[in-house]
Amino acid sequence: MEIVKLENICKKYYLDEIEIEVLKNINLSINQGEFVAIMGPSGSGKTTLMSILGCLDSPTSGNYYLENQNVSHLTDNELAKIRNKKIGFVFQTFNLLSKSNALENVKLPLIYGRVKNKNELAEQALNIVGLSDRKKHKPAELSGGQRQRVAIARAIVTTPSIIMADEPTGNLDSKTGLEIMNIFCELHKKGVTIILVTHEQDIAKYAKRKIYLKDGLIISDERVN
Amino acid sequence: MLIEELFMTSVRGIIANKLRSFLTMLGIIIGVASVITMLALGEGAKLKVSNSIKQLGTNLLFISPGISRRGPIRMSNVQTLTFEDAEAIKSEIPYVDNIAPENSRNYQIKYFNKNTNAPVYGTIPSYEYVRNFKTIDGRFINDNDLKTMKRVCIIGQTVKNELFGEAFSPIGQEIKIKGITFEIIGLLEEKGQSNFGDNDNIIIVPLTTFQKRLAGVSHIQNISVKIISENLMSEAEKLIEELLRKRHKIKQGAENDFTIRNQAEFLETMNEITKTFTYLLAGVATVSLIVGGIGIMNIMLVSVTERTREIGIRKAIGATKKNILFQFLLESIIVSVTGGILGIALGYGFSFLASKLTEFDTYITIDSILISFLFSVSIGLFFGIYPANKAAKLSPIEALRYE
Ligand SMILES: Nc1ncnc2c1ncn2[C@@H]1O[C@H](COP(=O)(O)OP(=O)(O)OP(=O)(O)O)[C@@H](O)[C@H]1O
Ligand SMILES: [Mg+2]
Repeated sequence: MEIVKLENICKKYYLDEIEIEVLKNINLSINQGEFVAIMGPSGSGKTTLMSILGCLDSPTSGNYYLENQNVSHLTDNELAKIRNKKIGFVFQTFNLLSKSNALENVKLPLIYGRVKNKNELAEQALNIVGLSDRKKHKPAELSGGQRQRVAIARAIVTTPSIIMADEPTGNLDSKTGLEIMNIFCELHKKGVTIILVTHEQDIAKYAKRKIYLKDGLIISDERVN
Repeated sequence: MLIEELFMTSVRGIIANKLRSFLTMLGIIIGVASVITMLALGEGAKLKVSNSIKQLGTNLLFISPGISRRGPIRMSNVQTLTFEDAEAIKSEIPYVDNIAPENSRNYQIKYFNKNTNAPVYGTIPSYEYVRNFKTIDGRFINDNDLKTMKRVCIIGQTVKNELFGEAFSPIGQEIKIKGITFEIIGLLEEKGQSNFGDNDNIIIVPLTTFQKRLAGVSHIQNISVKIISENLMSEAEKLIEELLRKRHKIKQGAENDFTIRNQAEFLETMNEITKTFTYLLAGVATVSLIVGGIGIMNIMLVSVTERTREIGIRKAIGATKKNILFQFLLESIIVSVTGGILGIALGYGFSFLASKLTEFDTYITIDSILISFLFSVSIGLFFGIYPANKAAKLSPIEALRYE
């Protein structure tokens, strides 16, 4: 089933009347259960593409269908609901709330989603990433790898349609990075759709499909078996 | 559930910055405390005025010689009022319950080596009834004292304490007023302080004794007229005016040579004055509350900037504009309400101090507590809405990119 479909997506920024076209006519289709790596040089527009895919930003033009719903022109409120229910984010800099402990951080999306049995679900998610014994730890009391695992638990706790990870291993050493990638692989095996941005071939090799971006254009799209 | 979580988040945010939150609250605390204290003082002053007037009774008219041009200045050398005027009022005006003419002057009072100064009133037996005095020891002056110009006197509690001390009955003792010996025949019940001064620093002697033996005058300085009912006051006032004009042979169009004042009017003016006073004080307090509100707004704006990234995170995982708005609004309301509650407590303290340090009693009314509470909630709302809205409007990607 087609879960993501981009049609002629363009994104332009305006800086003092100067137009910067960051994404130029992107067409892309991703199916349910795929594990996709988006690669490309710095400044090629990967993060921008991820923001649009993650409904954090709207395209300047073009259409984006998420699970067959056109989300290109939704209101802020509707986008917030979609982010909450259908998308799980993992960021390079973890982006956890520093004053809340691991469990509270994982519970946060459930709170905004008004989901019942939050504690149970959050503990399950922490269990999946192997952090059941660090529930009460604040981010400052966790290692980088552990923080990223909390972030992954927060991303999967709502059982979203897609997990979006923007350089999730960028701030980790290579060994810890591989541990994180193993968690993504496990999730992929369970059928979760994953879109991952990375610079590193070592990381990208876990994915089953690699998309190369350059200057806002897709220059190659290859599937690996 | 959502509200509960947002509430906890706000509380945690406030506790995490204890000192800053406290300093932010300080404006509200001081504002509310001063509102409470000011209103308590105003209420106390109002009660005191109305009490001292009620003590005299509201159905009293006072007639004094001379023209009063609004205000307390009276010409004491005007001698147009006589004892016969008083008797005529009593016998000719229908609504008069009773009258009491009086003459007074300050004299030096002596008892052996002790001496004091007190106003001495020369009057007639009905004075006790008309002016609400009560003789608790001995007796008041009677008609015989008046007829025979007896040198007897009744003293108030302050005079008694000055000359005899607390536990000693002064009845039968002899004191000297202006060097003339008087026998004490009665002691008045305590009346307390009022805006007219110490009601217990008083000596009463027969009018005839006062006029002939002490002052050597024949006129009257004041006639108190008790009217049978409060709603007949203006009617009675009119009749008395007519009678006195006729008796004093004042030509049509000429001004009165006497002044009639009544208690109700007096009460009204006093209330008017205390009201203005209260509003003025409340105004000052309101300004400090607004300053406190601006303090809250300032800190909330800083807080929104500081927490831009947190806002970005919350939005990325599904917080709506409303959720963010609510979280920050809640925070400013919690700060202002906590400040308000502490302010009410402090206001109680201030009022207590004020009642100890000034001669006013203070009364904290439920109204003033409700007003200050609602005021602090609205301050939190009003000054919190702008920062909260600023937070809610942040775009998630920009907030996440914020360093
Ligand atoms: N808000 C913005 N305003 C103006 N230009 C922007 C904005 N956001 C991104 N850009 C520009 O868009 C281009 C793509 O940025 P983007 O962050 O998508 O790159 P990236 O591929 O993620 O790079 P990296 O690998 O370094 O993270 C850059 O040239 C950047 O300067
Ligand atoms: Mg990037």
